[in-house]
Amino acid sequence: MAIRRGRGVAAINYPTGMNLGGDPTQALVHSTPTGNFMVTLSSVDLGQGMKQIMAQICAETIGVPTDRVVVDTADTDTGPHCMGTFASRGTHRAGNAVIQAAREARQVMLEVAAEELEVNASDLETDGQGNILVKGAPQKSISIFDVALSAHFKRGRSISGRGMFLIPRSYPEKETGAMKPSTCYAHACTVAEVEVDDETGEVTVLTVKNVFEIGRALNPKMVEQQLVGGSWMGISHALYETTEPYYPNRDHGGTDFNQYLMPGPGDLAETEIIVLERPSADGPYGAKGPGEMCANPQIPAVANAVFDAVGVRIDTLPITPERILRALKAQAAN
Amino acid sequence: MAKVPVQFTLNGSEKAEFVDSGTTLLHALRDKIGDTSPKGGCHQGTCGACSVIIDGELRLSCLTLAETCDGAVISTTSGLSDSGVLHPLQRAFLDTFATQCGFCTPGMIMAAKVLLDHTPNPSRDEVVEALSGNICRCTGYEPIIQAVLTAARSNSQNAA
Repeated sequence: MAIRRGRGVAAINYPTGMNLGGDPTQALVHSTPTGNFMVTLSSVDLGQGMKQIMAQICAETIGVPTDRVVVDTADTDTGPHCMGTFASRGTHRAGNAVIQAAREARQVMLEVAAEELEVNASDLETDGQGNILVKGAPQKSISIFDVALSAHFKRGRSISGRGMFLIPRSYPEKETGAMKPSTCYAHACTVAEVEVDDETGEVTVLTVKNVFEIGRALNPKMVEQQLVGGSWMGISHALYETTEPYYPNRDHGGTDFNQYLMPGPGDLAETEIIVLERPSADGPYGAKGPGEMCANPQIPAVANAVFDAVGVRIDTLPITPERILRALKAQAAN
Repeated sequence: MAKVPVQFTLNGSEKAEFVDSGTTLLHALRDKIGDTSPKGGCHQGTCGACSVIIDGELRLSCLTLAETCDGAVISTTSGLSDSGVLHPLQRAFLDTFATQCGFCTPGMIMAAKVLLDHTPNPSRDEVVEALSGNICRCTGYEPIIQAVLTAARSNSQNAA
């Protein structure tokens, strides 16, 4: 009986969003009378930071500072339609919709500015600080604040835009079954090192090294935050989490989250995160969906590391001490 | 059933309420007084989201009866900032991105505050121990541990 070490590797491709019957998200953008911009969405911020990202995308597209944008995700009854925040689709789908809406709003904004400055709208550019300038003659300019006032009270224009992003449904080819389930894939590779106690079946994850390829990181600190949390969740899926921990009698099963195991702050593996940015062709400013993807590769990596350590293949999650001991017993019997 | 009068100090101000006997402090704070910074997670004392400081000690407000707090001095996260200036722990949680959904954050900050009040320069193990009664579902804990260590460092720099 001994503590045995093992190392496992796993790599994944992860689709951004889903394709069950078409995957749409819509967005609306409009300016207030003082030249702030509202993004209206039904997409929900679960804490992953969608509001921040949508504000950045809108601000970048219109050409204003991010703090001039407010994102409203208040109500799925009244907001523009979104399929939801899941399948790592939020940034990609909603972000593309926001770009389209913000482009239309920007065009109206430039048209109003053109009337005020008595120039052609195509000769105007934004400075990213809240002003609109004539290209090549930046002394001729107008603030977006004044443009919005003019639109509302003088010109009778609505500085607004509509955005729609749809990944159409993909039908399988009749002959081959081939289809296109996704247009955008994120990638990850994980190496996990574990110790397995072959007497108790207990697994300790020593290190977990992750490389994530997530398109353009629109907010690098928030991406890192999500990846660190996701890596922990992957280990949690691999070793801890289940609603049915006490096989085989349901009477002994968990009844609420008090019996739902997760690793705590004292159970953390040494974690390394490396981010690769390969901008996607159809993502907003090159983004892909890192959300759920980042909690996946740790699971097969840990399973492979357990195999490397004690020579048993556990193919049911989570990889509990009981499952390892049963597998070791079966292995010994053979 | 007769209501029970309770008076205590909450974040420096006197509060007086009539509560039903058996009302938890969490319920009294959130629904009577309107301080929603302590969160109701499990309501069974396992998640730590409802943590508050009572007379200098970390307590689970979901397991504390309001009527037992008569005369107590209670602190919650909503009382931490001083005239709009964030507490070093709040600042550190922001700077190290130690919050995602934010539901565990007030409890984490209260647990960390009690630690730093007693142990201004904690080791990593002491931070882990202090946070071990609080569950986080988003961050993987590491950013929270780093936030507490960062706040401890900024405190000791300010003191020096």
